[in-house]
Amino acid sequence: MADLKLTVDHSTDAERGAVDAVLTADDHAVVRVTERLVRGGMARRKARRHLLLPGLHALQAEVGWISPGGLNYLCDVLQVPPAEGYGVATFYDMFRTDDPGHTDSVHHVCIDTACHIAGAEQFAQQLEAEGKQVHRGPCLGQCERAPARFVQGRGEPDHVPADTSGQPAAPHRASVRRLLKRVGVVDPTSLASYREHGGYAALARAIDIGPDAMIDEIRAAGLTGRGGAAFPTAIKWRGVADEHGRSKHVIANADESEPGTFKDRVVMENDPFSVIEGLTLAGLTVGAEHGWIYIRGEYPLATRRLRHAIDEARSAGLLGGDVLGSGQAFDIELRRGAGAYICGEETALIESIEGFRGEPRNKPPFPSTHGLFGEPTAVNNPETLLSAMYIAEHGPDTFRLEGTEKSPGTRLFCLSGHVAAPGVYEVAMGTTLGDLIELAGGATGTTRAILMGGAAGTFVGADQLDMPLTHEDTRERGTTLGSGVVTLFDDSVDFMSLVLRIAEFFRGESCGQCVPCRVGVVRQHEVLVELRDSGAALRPERHELVDDIARAMADASICGLGHTAAGAVQSAIRLGLIGGTP
Amino acid sequence: MTTDWSSLDPALADTTVSVTIDGASVTVPAGDTILDACTAHGVDTPTICYAENLTPVNACRVCVVEVEGNRTLVPACSRPAEDGMEIQTDSERVRHSRKMVLEFLGTTNDLSEAPAINAMSERYDADITRYATDHARFDQDVKIDDDLYIRDYDKCVLCYKCVDACGEEAQFTFAIAMSGRGFDNRISTEFDVTLPDSACVYCGNCIGVCPTNALQFKTEFDLRRAGEWREDEQTVTRTVCSYCGVGCNLELHVQDNEIVKVTSPADHSVTHGHLCVKGRFGWKYVSAT
Ligand SMILES: Cc1cc2nc3c(=O)[nH]c(=O)nc-3n(C[C@H](O)[C@H](O)[C@H](O)COP(=O)(O)O)c2cc1C
Ligand code: SF4
Ligand code: SF4
Ligand code: SF4
Ligand code: FES
Repeated sequence: MADLKLTVDHSTDAERGAVDAVLTADDHAVVRVTERLVRGGMARRKARRHLLLPGLHALQAEVGWISPGGLNYLCDVLQVPPAEGYGVATFYDMFRTDDPGHTDSVHHVCIDTACHIAGAEQFAQQLEAEGKQVHRGPCLGQCERAPARFVQGRGEPDHVPADTSGQPAAPHRASVRRLLKRVGVVDPTSLASYREHGGYAALARAIDIGPDAMIDEIRAAGLTGRGGAAFPTAIKWRGVADEHGRSKHVIANADESEPGTFKDRVVMENDPFSVIEGLTLAGLTVGAEHGWIYIRGEYPLATRRLRHAIDEARSAGLLGGDVLGSGQAFDIELRRGAGAYICGEETALIESIEGFRGEPRNKPPFPSTHGLFGEPTAVNNPETLLSAMYIAEHGPDTFRLEGTEKSPGTRLFCLSGHVAAPGVYEVAMGTTLGDLIELAGGATGTTRAILMGGAAGTFVGADQLDMPLTHEDTRERGTTLGSGVVTLFDDSVDFMSLVLRIAEFFRGESCGQCVPCRVGVVRQHEVLVELRDSGAALRPERHELVDDIARAMADASICGLGHTAAGAVQSAIRLGLIGGTP
Repeated sequence: MTTDWSSLDPALADTTVSVTIDGASVTVPAGDTILDACTAHGVDTPTICYAENLTPVNACRVCVVEVEGNRTLVPACSRPAEDGMEIQTDSERVRHSRKMVLEFLGTTNDLSEAPAINAMSERYDADITRYATDHARFDQDVKIDDDLYIRDYDKCVLCYKCVDACGEEAQFTFAIAMSGRGFDNRISTEFDVTLPDSACVYCGNCIGVCPTNALQFKTEFDLRRAGEWREDEQTVTRTVCSYCGVGCNLELHVQDNEIVKVTSPADHSVTHGHLCVKGRFGWKYVSAT
């Protein structure tokens, strides 16, 4: 350990204990050498670097911040340069690198879209009046029960008060029950209950027909990714499967931080074994032995349920050296994010697991050849994995009985805002926007605009209720399905303040790596602040400036965050929601 | 942070690829980047975060070009040229993004000592006057920790060059890293401790790669403050460092018979632009004798 130069700050017993617990609890961790480290000849020294994020979580939970002494100890143990450890700690919202000066839990209150219009600010003020430590922040993935709160525990576990307060569960309805068939039916803590409800039938058939046939069926079914980019799943899986003779990975992307999205949470909390089975199916199909679930840090219940499910599955031989008698090894590690929307971007997610800052990589090369630790990796959204399970169990023809030719199957939509029954809804693709809203009890007021696809999506007007929810139709109308967000806003909404908050969201969430996005999101926000303060219409030269900024972000940024950071703002201007009549 | 994967692929050896650049056909060795191809073809491509002795991080995006079939623009500095690529280097779309990157930097940073970037801003008609007058900037005090070099992060465009030079690209000291997120990103030691308290070994390799003079010799900083920095009067003498047998090349910048800074040629086979503390700062004895 001689090479690391540490500052003179000493760690406390509590800090050392917290870090040591992460290390000893790590008996399943994959110790791998990253590509960059091989190049640096630093392989052995940094082999455990992927424990940096868990270590930071442990320190934060134990003492309420990452102290210089605590960071020193963690960096020493993991052989991470302290400047880099500090760089990683300061990247995440859930970590503090200054002494908070109190020993209380921190109440995170969401101030984004659905919560914004549901009195989030008043809620935050009320909690402050009760003497609580409040942190106003981005979407917490509980939009169906806005205004949302997450408690980052100190002396108590992290929790979401609404999970335990006996509040009635939000409706999660379906016109077709495929992906949601077990939600609300199965006991989420029992493997036996999961198997009674058809669990592991999909995996058994996938093993039976073999990886090549499985990928062929997924291709025939026309499954595309449900995480936002709608990339064909078969192409991704084929790419990884074709990388022979290398250690490989599959990752469930459960970071779910797009404002308005909460479908993955509902699935993970209510049917966690399905995500385990789906990821196992992906692993066995592409020939990966290592599975990872990267779950956002603000999902304590889903995290607990998944951890429990992983343990149960492992005890039952459904994970481990010989999965379901297939002769193939596969196991799963769970990693918690720490408050960074960008870590949902697949390459940022990979960097984050490796213990680096969540800065997206330039693509190509793609994760299917150079992913986690430089090895072939398939990253998928949980809903994609559940859809693949449906195909494994029922075949591509049955899958195609719902949906359209170009957008086959069903999808989960997250309805929130001014709608009678917010929640997750499963419908066939091609269902119209209006019918989906009717399924959720209809709008509660006179709808002025609907945000499709979240902050990274676009607003559409109430004249779009006839729009079929397919990739082809949304694209044709200049909008997107994205991650299935449908947030309704009635005519009482102050759109200036709503859109300003969306711009602020991107300003807060850009990783800051590339110039167009790092500065572009700030300049875009500043133009809108100026517009609000002026109280007048958008002047032509301001309109030109904000368009110029938008174009450069979309054209020249590294990743999808920058590419979409102006979409909602631009659509709001186009629809006359802000800036005066177009 | 970004890895040059192409160098790992043995299949790329001994072959060539052909691309068209602004309509003209250009053939380059496989593994070359679009930037290499542009340079070979005589197209002058602006770059800020790129350096020939570092792996591209493609963060500044001033080098972006249009490649037929790509939804977004692509960074010339890091994207390998592929057979059949049709590349536009001066389309309206390319010029627009380059201009905006330069406006974004111009409204954020103090670029008064970055003549190369200012020349790009002129070339692409960057206009920083059209932004709100009270827009956010990198306002930070100059960090003066010692007599060797200073850090003025108002000037820092976050190109990652110093981080990479300090880290696995050259020095393996890892004294500085990116910290914070988004517009609050700053190059920093752990908890922002001073350089003497950090792992810094004063090789000065970070100074050597900085494109904006955010990192500069204390001698230069003092002369500039006193209004006595006269670059046009300086002579640059190339010599071999006398401290050890490695054979590092030094460039001694001399003003009024005093060495005011030491650089190292980036294209030199031994140093690739990098030095150690003795070569970089250990010249006080020269003027003392
Ligand atoms: C800023 C940003 C955030 C993202 N967040 C998520 C996310 O939370 N969950 C997700 O599945 N995909 C997210 N994605 C998309 C992923 O990069 C990736 O495309 C997806 O996980 C692939 O899975 P799929 O093919 O199953 O959709 C995000 C992309 C960007 C640019
Ligand atoms: S586009 Fe934004 S989020 Fe993506 S790499 Fe660039 S700065 Fe980071
Ligand atoms: S002087 Fe050398 S060791 Fe110190 S920060 Fe710069 S590159 Fe790193
Ligand atoms: S200090 Fe200089 S080299 Fe380092 S990131 Fe800033 S501009 Fe680049
Ligand atoms: S020079 Fe290519 S992105 Fe900076």
